[in-house]
Amino acid sequence: MSGHDSYPIPSRIRMERLGTLRRNMMRVTGAVAVSAMLTMGVAACGGDDGGGEGSGNEVTIGFMGDLTGENSGLVIPPRNGAQLAIEQYNATNPKVKIKFKPYDSQGKPEQATTLVQGAIKQDKIVGLIGPAFSGESQATGPILEEAKVPSVSPSATQITLAEKGWKFWHRVVADDAVQSAGAGDFITSQLKAKKVATIHDNQEYGKGLADAIGNAVKPKGAQIMAEGVDDKATDYSATVNKIKSFNPDVVYFGGYYAQAGRLFKQLREGGVKARLMSGDGSLATGLIEGAGQENAQGAMLSCGCLIDEAGTSNAKAKKFATDYQAKFGSPVAIYSGEGYDAATAFIEAIKAGNTEPEKINQYLSTVNFEGVGKPIKFDAKGELASQDIYVYEVKANKMPLLGNTKEAKVE
Amino acid sequence: MNVTKKSKNGQGGLGGGLDAVRDRWAVAPGWQRWIVYVLLIIGALLLPHESIGSFMAPSGSDWPTMLSDQIGIYVLLALGLNVVVGLAGLLDLGYVAFYAVGGYTIGIFGTKYGWSFWELLVLAILLSALSGVILGGPTLRLRGDYLAIVTLGFGEIVRQVARNSDYVNGPRGIQGIPRPPDLSEFEIFGVQPFTYGFLDARPYYYLLVLFIVLTIIFVKRLESSRVGRSWAAIREDEDAAELMGVPTFRFKLAAFAIGAAIGGSGGVVFAAKQTSINPENFVFLVSALILASVVLGGSGNMPGVMLGAFLLAWLPERLRVSEDFRMLLFGAALVVMMAFRPEGLWPSRQRKAELAEGTGGMGSMGAEVAGPGTSGPGSSGHAAPTEVKK
Amino acid sequence: MFDDFIQSFWPYTIDGLALGAIYALVALGYTMVYGVLRLINFAHAEIWMVGTFVALGTVQLLGVSSVGGIALIGLVAVMALAAAVVSGGAAMLLEVSAYRPLRKKGASRLAALISAIGASIFLQQLFATVVVPVVFGKSEAQGKLPVNEHFVERTNVIDIGPIVISNDKLIVFLGAVLMMVALDQFVNRTKLGRGIRATAQDPQAAVLMGVNIDRVVSATFLVGGAMAGVAAALYFVRFEQAWYFAGFLLGIKAFTAAVLGGIGNIRGALVGGFALGLFEMYGSSIFGSEWRDVVAFSVLILVLMFRPTGILGESLQQARA
Repeated sequence: MSGHDSYPIPSRIRMERLGTLRRNMMRVTGAVAVSAMLTMGVAACGGDDGGGEGSGNEVTIGFMGDLTGENSGLVIPPRNGAQLAIEQYNATNPKVKIKFKPYDSQGKPEQATTLVQGAIKQDKIVGLIGPAFSGESQATGPILEEAKVPSVSPSATQITLAEKGWKFWHRVVADDAVQSAGAGDFITSQLKAKKVATIHDNQEYGKGLADAIGNAVKPKGAQIMAEGVDDKATDYSATVNKIKSFNPDVVYFGGYYAQAGRLFKQLREGGVKARLMSGDGSLATGLIEGAGQENAQGAMLSCGCLIDEAGTSNAKAKKFATDYQAKFGSPVAIYSGEGYDAATAFIEAIKAGNTEPEKINQYLSTVNFEGVGKPIKFDAKGELASQDIYVYEVKANKMPLLGNTKEAKVE
Repeated sequence: MNVTKKSKNGQGGLGGGLDAVRDRWAVAPGWQRWIVYVLLIIGALLLPHESIGSFMAPSGSDWPTMLSDQIGIYVLLALGLNVVVGLAGLLDLGYVAFYAVGGYTIGIFGTKYGWSFWELLVLAILLSALSGVILGGPTLRLRGDYLAIVTLGFGEIVRQVARNSDYVNGPRGIQGIPRPPDLSEFEIFGVQPFTYGFLDARPYYYLLVLFIVLTIIFVKRLESSRVGRSWAAIREDEDAAELMGVPTFRFKLAAFAIGAAIGGSGGVVFAAKQTSINPENFVFLVSALILASVVLGGSGNMPGVMLGAFLLAWLPERLRVSEDFRMLLFGAALVVMMAFRPEGLWPSRQRKAELAEGTGGMGSMGAEVAGPGTSGPGSSGHAAPTEVKK
Repeated sequence: MFDDFIQSFWPYTIDGLALGAIYALVALGYTMVYGVLRLINFAHAEIWMVGTFVALGTVQLLGVSSVGGIALIGLVAVMALAAAVVSGGAAMLLEVSAYRPLRKKGASRLAALISAIGASIFLQQLFATVVVPVVFGKSEAQGKLPVNEHFVERTNVIDIGPIVISNDKLIVFLGAVLMMVALDQFVNRTKLGRGIRATAQDPQAAVLMGVNIDRVVSATFLVGGAMAGVAAALYFVRFEQAWYFAGFLLGIKAFTAAVLGGIGNIRGALVGGFALGLFEMYGSSIFGSEWRDVVAFSVLILVLMFRPTGILGESLQQARA
C-alpha cells in the first residue's frame, strides 16, 4: 500500500492522453484507471465473477469460426448443428446444463487467438467446438493445449493439424489426405480421367487440397497441370485459356464456393468441356448460384462430410435431418452433421459426470457412439477412427449425395 | 499535476486539450519531463490489468492479448512509419512489406536454421533495413505519388512472392516459430513478465513496451540531430534543401531504412507471439491502417502517432459490440475525425505551422483557394501542378 | 513456359484488351481527380463497385434473362446510363462530404488520403451489411458474397482462325473506347472541360480567370464517377457478378494503369489500361496466373524507374518543381 499515493498521477495523465474522447467518457476512463490502480495496490488479482465452471450446474461450451465473414456459409450450418444438439440436451433437464457460446473469428487466425484467450480466461469454457478452419486451428491449438481445454473441430481438414502432438485437439471430419486419396481414386477409376487440371485459390486450404489431389492422381498415370488463381480477382480468363490448351478430362478446384462458382462459369463460357470437380469448401448451393445452373450441371464435389438429407445412412441421420429442418427452416447443409456430432461428443462427456476440461478430454479419448451417419471414435491423434469420403453431384439446383467414393456410380 | 490543470484551459473541442498539453510540454523543465516519462512507463506497465480491460475489452476478447497482438504492434509500426511519412515526408503505402520481411526472417531462420530469438531479432532488423535500401535505392528519386504507388506495388509483390514460394510453404505459411526464451521465472503481482508462454500475452506486451521505448528514444535523438533537421528541410522543400547542400537522397534512404528496421522488429514480435505467420497477415489494409494511424494521430509527433495507432487498433475491437457494423462505423469515424482535425489529433507545433503554410509533407490539395495562407502556385510542396493533357 | 503463350497468343491478347478496357475507364477517375486536386481518390474503386450493384439492380428490375444480339447492346446502354448517373452522383456526394471540408480547411493531401481510405471502408461495409441484405434480399451472412445474375447469352461474333471474340468482350472493348473518345472531346471542346484543364494547370490563375473551382471539382468527380459507372456496367456484362470487395483489387490495378500511362493524362489512362491488361495476361501465360499481380507491379516499377512520368508523360511542363 505504500505506493498508493503516487498512483492517481499517472491515471490523470492517461486522462489527458485520452482527451479526444468526450469529457464524460474521460471521466469514466479515469475512474476505471483509478480503480485499476487501487486494486493493483492491494495486489488483488483474478477476482472474476464470470461464473461458469465453479457454479456446478452449468458449463460453457464455445463454438468458434467465421460467422459473419465471407465464408460464413460454411460455418453457420455446423454452428446450427451444435446449437441443436445442445438445446436438445438441455431440454432433457439434465443435472448439468450447457451454455452455448459462439465466437466470431471471421476465419482470421489473429482474431481467433484473441478470442480464444477471452473464452478460456473470462468465459471459462470447458470445451471448444472448432475453430472451423485450419488456419485458425493452427493458431489456437498451442493456446488450448497450454490451457488444457479440449477442442473438436467440425471442419478443419488440413493434414498437419493431427501431426502436432496436441493432446486436447480432435476433429470429426476426414483430413485432406483422406479426401484427396478418396477423390483421386474416384477421378482415375470412376471418371477414368487421363488428364487432370488442379486449380487452387492460393489460400491455405485450397492449395493444400489441390496439391494433394495432384499427388494422388499422378501415381495412377494421370497427366496433371497445376495453376493458382487469386481469390480476390474476378477475371480468370488467363486460367481458362491455359486449361483450354491443356484440354483435361477433369478440372479439380481447391477452394471455396464463391471462387469455384466464378471459375466454373468462366470455364464453361470459355468452352471447356471437362468434368468439373471441387472439394468440401465448395459444397454449398452458392456454387450453383455463382456458376449459373446450366454451367454447374454435373459438377462433382468430394467431402469428408456426410449431408444425408434423405437419411439413408442411419436412423440418427434421418432424425437429425428432420429436426434441423424444423428448427432452422432449411435442409441440412455442409458440416451441420459434424457440428452436431462434435457437440454430442462433449455432451456424452458431460453426461458421464465430467465438468472439468481435463476430465472431459480424458473422456473424449474413450468416446464411442453412432453419430449422424458415421461412428464417432477418436484415435490417439484426435482423428476419427473411420474415415469415408463422399461424392455429391450438382443436379438442377441441388447437390444430392452420390455415395462414398468407392460406391458412387457415375452415369 | 500541472499538466492536468493546463489542459483545462484548452479551448475544448476535439484535441484542443492535447494542443495545450503540447504547448505546456514545450516549456517544461527537464526534471518535470523525466517525472512524466517515468510515470508514463509505469502506466504502460499497469495497462494490461483486468479492471482496465473490463472497460476496454468488454466482449469476451482478452485485453492483454489485444494489447500485445494488436495495439502494441500497431503502435510500434506507426512509430516506424512515422519516420518515413512524418519526419522525412515520403508517402509509403507499402509499409507492410517490411513488417513481412521481419516476420518471414524469423520464420525462415528460426525454423530452418534454428537461430534463437535474440539473434533473429538482430538479423531481422538488418534484413528489413536492407530491404528498405533495396526498395528505396531505385525509387526514392521518384516524387510524391509515384513513390506511393511504387511502395504499394512493392508491398503486394512481397506478399505474393511469399504466397507463391514453396520454400516458405506458400499460403500455408510458417509454423513453429521460436518464442523468446524465458529469461526468468520472476513473478510480480501474479505476472511472470519474462516467461513467454502461449496463454499469457502480458510478457509479449512488456517486450513490445521495451521496443517502443527504445524506438522513441532512438527516433527522438535522431530528430534533434543533423539527420532530423535534414528531414525537416526535405519535407518542407526538397529542392531548396538540395540547393542548400543537404544530400537529400542519402537522407531519404536513411529514413526508409530506419522505418523499415522498426517495421521489421514489429514483424519479429508478431511472428514470435503467434508462432505462425502466413501471407494473409501482410495485406494492404495493414499498410493503410498504419498510415491512417500516423496521419490521424498527427504526423511527425510521436505521442500523437501512438494515440492514433492505439485508437485504430482498439476501436474496431471495442466496436465488436455491434458486430456487423463495426467496420462500417470505423470507416465513418475515420472520415469524420479527418474532417474535424485534418492536421491530426495531436500534431507537433512545427508540423502544424508547416501544414498551415501548405508546405511540409505532401502539401495541400491542389485547387485550394479558400484555405488560410495559400501562397501561390508552387505551394503544393513537391508535386508540381500538372496539366490534363490535350 | 513460352509454348502456351505462343500457342494461345490471340486468346490472351483479346482477354487482355477486354480487361484493360475496364482498367482504363476506371483509371480515368483517378487521373482526372489527381490532375485537378493532386489527390489519390482511394474511394474511387468503391464508386465503381456501387456501379456494379446499380447494373445488377437494373437487370433485376427489367427482369430479363438470356439477352443476346442487338437487344444486349440496348440493355448495356440502359445499364450504363443508370450506373453512370448513380456512380457520378455518389462521387459528387463523396467529394462534398469527405473532401470538401478538408479542402476548405487547407488540409494536407495526406489527410484527404486517409479520409479516402475511411470512405472506402465505409462504402464497402455499407454494401456488405446494409445494401445487399436489404435491397437485394440476401441473408446477412450472404452480404459478403458476390451477388450473381445470369442474363447474357454469349455468342461468338468474330471467328477468324485463332481470333475468336465473343459478344460480351466486343461490347466491353468498344464501349470503353467510345467513352474515352467522348471524354476526350468533352475535356478539349467544352467550356467546363477548359475549366478543368485550367484548374489542373494552375488553380490560382484559374480562379483569377473566373473559373469556379468548386464547380470544376464537382464536375471532375461527376465525370470520373460516371466513367466508373460505365466501366461497372461493362464489367457486369462480362462477369455477371457484383461484390462488395471487388473494387479493392480493381482499384489498385486501375490506379496502377493511370500511373503507368502518366497520371493526370487522359490518353495515358487509355494506354496504361490496355498495357496493364495485356501485361497481366501475357505474364499469367508465361509465369502462371499466381504471378499475375507480381508481373503487373514489377512492370510498373520498371517503367517508372526508366520513365519516371509514365508512358505518355504527365504533362508538358512537368517533372521537378
